[in-house]
Amino acid sequence: MASSGIAAIGVGLVVLGAGLGIGRIGGSAVESIARQPEATAKIQTAMIIAAALIEGLALFGVVAAALLVKQ
Amino acid sequence: MNKSNFSIFTLVLAVFGLFQVSTVKAGELAEAEFDAKEMIMHHISDAHDWHVAGHFSIPLPVILYVPGSGLDFFMSSEFHHDDNAQVLAKGKYLKYHGVIYIADEHGKLDFGHEVPIVGNEVAEELDLISGEQDEALPVDAHADVAHGYPNNAKPLDFSITRNVASIFVSMLLLLLLFGAVARSYDKNGVARGIGAFLEPLVVFVRDEIAIPNIGEKKYGKYLPYLLTVFFFIWINNLMGLVPFFPGGSNVTGNISITFVLAVITYVITTVSGNKDYWMHIFWMPGVPVVIRPILAVIELIGTLTKPFALMMRLFANIAAGHILILALIALIFIFKTAYMGFVSIPFVVFMSTLELLVAALQAYIFTLLSALFIGMAVAEHDHGHEHGAEAHH
Repeated sequence: MASSGIAAIGVGLVVLGAGLGIGRIGGSAVESIARQPEATAKIQTAMIIAAALIEGLALFGVVAAALLVKQ
Repeated sequence: MNKSNFSIFTLVLAVFGLFQVSTVKAGELAEAEFDAKEMIMHHISDAHDWHVAGHFSIPLPVILYVPGSGLDFFMSSEFHHDDNAQVLAKGKYLKYHGVIYIADEHGKLDFGHEVPIVGNEVAEELDLISGEQDEALPVDAHADVAHGYPNNAKPLDFSITRNVASIFVSMLLLLLLFGAVARSYDKNGVARGIGAFLEPLVVFVRDEIAIPNIGEKKYGKYLPYLLTVFFFIWINNLMGLVPFFPGGSNVTGNISITFVLAVITYVITTVSGNKDYWMHIFWMPGVPVVIRPILAVIELIGTLTKPFALMMRLFANIAAGHILILALIALIFIFKTAYMGFVSIPFVVFMSTLELLVAALQAYIFTLLSALFIGMAVAEHDHGHEHGAEAHH
């Protein structure tokens, strides 16, 4: 029971970090698109790649937490 | 064209129809305590038969190989829906929590303690019929089940499981779809019908994924793989979102399948890596010699973490989406009131819509990152400078 509590806190932290990261990416991307609308396609691609990398990391955390709970 | 499609479809139906369909009378079964976790795990994991509705499922072939005693082939209906090591198939196999074991000389599994029985209505029913009311059953069986791993030997399992069958269905769909696309081009090379619908997607993979990341000169060799992986992942993601029979299995949310996809990308990247690629891994140019061996270790690990992340991302995204939708549905049964449906159904609709986006996005990201890794492996650098090639554009 204790490990699942720790896992829940861990998932919360992971989501917090990923949210901050992806939020910054999204914010910066919108800002860049506003400055240079003609570069929208390139910015979007870069944005999605960066977001995917962060998300991958966040999902590592989620999977690790799930394994912890399963034990 | 449509006629031949239809005939293949009927053929598939006929093949499925040949399988003897096993059913269990629902009315005779006792209500089991609802366990959300077990229900969710059951839905997202692979199975030996394809559950359709209620107590109706399509049996699938089970192919087992036991070293020494050879190959065994039977339909999964021989287990009679048992998942708790109660029904012997072929006189020696038992299925317990989705894994097939070889039974010991008593035709049982060896746990080192009492065999836990939890929530398996079929098994309980069979016990009732044979009059074997086992008094020694642990009341709080959940505690035992959590650590209940049988010591029995396992056969090598090559079964056509639900996921494999689902991949066959997806493959068939893709073949029909792209066969139709190929035939929909007229003499002037203009697509009509389905071709006009799918051509922009193919062009998108070529122009937005392959060419920018691999390069104008070399993309041709890798485009077939990128297109295949894109449409394979996409169609399996979409099939996973269909809640009823031909869909409903969790193909891309199964780590074995994403593992294989990531390994294919890894092999292509490694095999097509040129001199510059390996140079950047083992003897990074432009950094002090002392640091180079350290960087070599990091870069070498990096070649493995990239496909690992590829595998994890697709698996965790799709599995998490399925878990979320199932958990929302489970709320109704947890609160034991139909009114909960007014809360959870709109959420499920919302999540499913989001999952439609995720299905396409994950296929795109997997393909994009594969293209990126392949592009890194085949890129030609000017003087070993990382971004030298890009700066000239």
